[in-house]
Amino acid sequence: MEFQLLSEIADYCRSTGKDMAQAMVDYEMKHRGVTREQVYNNLKRILLVMEESVEQGLTQQVISPSGMLDNWAKKIHDANVNTLGASLKKAVARAVAVGEVNACMGKIAAAPTAGSAGIMPAVLVTMMDEHNVPRQRLPDALLVASAVGLIFAKNSSFAGSEAGCMGETGSAAAMGAASIVYLLGGTTEQILESVGFALKASMGLVCDPVAGLVEEPCTTRNAVGVANAFVSAQMALAGLRSLIPADEVIQATREVGELMSPRLKESGQGGLANTKTGREIQKRVFRTEPQK
Amino acid sequence: MPDYPSLFDILGPIMIGPSSSHTAGASRIGSIARQLLGDTPVRAVITLYNSFAKTHKGHGTDKAIVGGILGFGPDDERIRDAFDHAKRSGLAWDFAFVGDLSRFHSNTARVGLTGKDGGTIEVVGASLGGGRIKIQEIEGFPVDFQAQLHTLVVIAEDIPGSIKQISGVIAEEGVNIASMYVSRTEKKANMVIELDQPITASSMERIRTLTWVQFVRLVNPIVEGTSRYEK
Repeated sequence: MEFQLLSEIADYCRSTGKDMAQAMVDYEMKHRGVTREQVYNNLKRILLVMEESVEQGLTQQVISPSGMLDNWAKKIHDANVNTLGASLKKAVARAVAVGEVNACMGKIAAAPTAGSAGIMPAVLVTMMDEHNVPRQRLPDALLVASAVGLIFAKNSSFAGSEAGCMGETGSAAAMGAASIVYLLGGTTEQILESVGFALKASMGLVCDPVAGLVEEPCTTRNAVGVANAFVSAQMALAGLRSLIPADEVIQATREVGELMSPRLKESGQGGLANTKTGREIQKRVFRTEPQK
Repeated sequence: MPDYPSLFDILGPIMIGPSSSHTAGASRIGSIARQLLGDTPVRAVITLYNSFAKTHKGHGTDKAIVGGILGFGPDDERIRDAFDHAKRSGLAWDFAFVGDLSRFHSNTARVGLTGKDGGTIEVVGASLGGGRIKIQEIEGFPVDFQAQLHTLVVIAEDIPGSIKQISGVIAEEGVNIASMYVSRTEKKANMVIELDQPITASSMERIRTLTWVQFVRLVNPIVEGTSRYEK
């Protein structure tokens, strides 16, 4: 049970008759020497933090210390205009909510990173509240997401400094897509297709945060990331094939990450961070020393 | 990443935002400094380097380190108000900022602490991303450990047989040594010994009372994954 590739997890599922969530429980029990109950208890702790962070961002005042984020989630949630349909609009607001809570030094669960922490909670809460998935199924969805994250971590990188935002919101979108497909009864093969779609849509996304802060454009990229997850899941569930298999797409993200200029990988020197306005914001935010 | 990462290296950590490197990792450097002090800190002198120096304000790096020094974990919501908590608990602190020092990792902090009993410690640590950290210097000795295991730190006179005696105490307990790193100045030696399990307080006391041992501390592991299972 080495699980270097998603196809190996799929093979394991095929030969054991287990689904991907149970495959990951087996993996964790074997390599960590823990019980099934311990695994699920940890998953539930993470889910609780995810739900709370969504709730906080939608109900409390969230204005980031830099002033860049200002109750954006509530604005999306309460907007009269809806270009997305009820479900996706709420999902987008939830992703932004967690991004804002994170920027305001609130408690979040990185999934896989803090900068991309809005996508998984938004997916899971939306599946529960808008798609009538019972809460008891969410730990398994999180396990499926972790399978995708695990293989991505082994073959590419979550670090913005190595794989750009592709490694953060890109991998989170793929994890989210996989869990949606799983919750809606898709096959293991369809889960893999959705991962392929989500990562292809994120290919080459740079990490260029203004003033080096996890705010702009991270927060709105979480919003687009959750949309990517739902779009990719929709395509996979409709029977579309990614054509490039998910494992090869992951390999490509590694290559693209390596080819990306260091200036575009969390350096604060390229892209949006290097725009006239980005520089002005940076100056304004860091003008004063911290108060004692 | 280890060969077989835990699922909870992928999901989590549960942490106070906004940044696993600039906030969660920073708090851990503070908490390791506190453990190495081995006392309640009353004064902290903190130097932030490179990216930590440039972006500490927006990432709450300063609050996170002070929170860690107060003993708050990276998921403790008190980090947000760490300065208030520090004032209330009698911890005075000072920050200095060094924008560019290329010999240090981009996210580096130097933490000097004074305890209520007058003891001091100076620690340099770097935050590697994902909340992982690396301690690089203790009391001027170069070290290199990530506190993913129980880590025994000893500073002693550089006498022959010192390593054998200390490893003997560990062996008597049947605890495995995972790695050992020794560095020395003219007269002193520093040992960083990573252990698969912690050694008992009585073994710690045996090491502490060796006449040539000047400093011994056991740092708890902060690894994600396995250790996050509630035992």
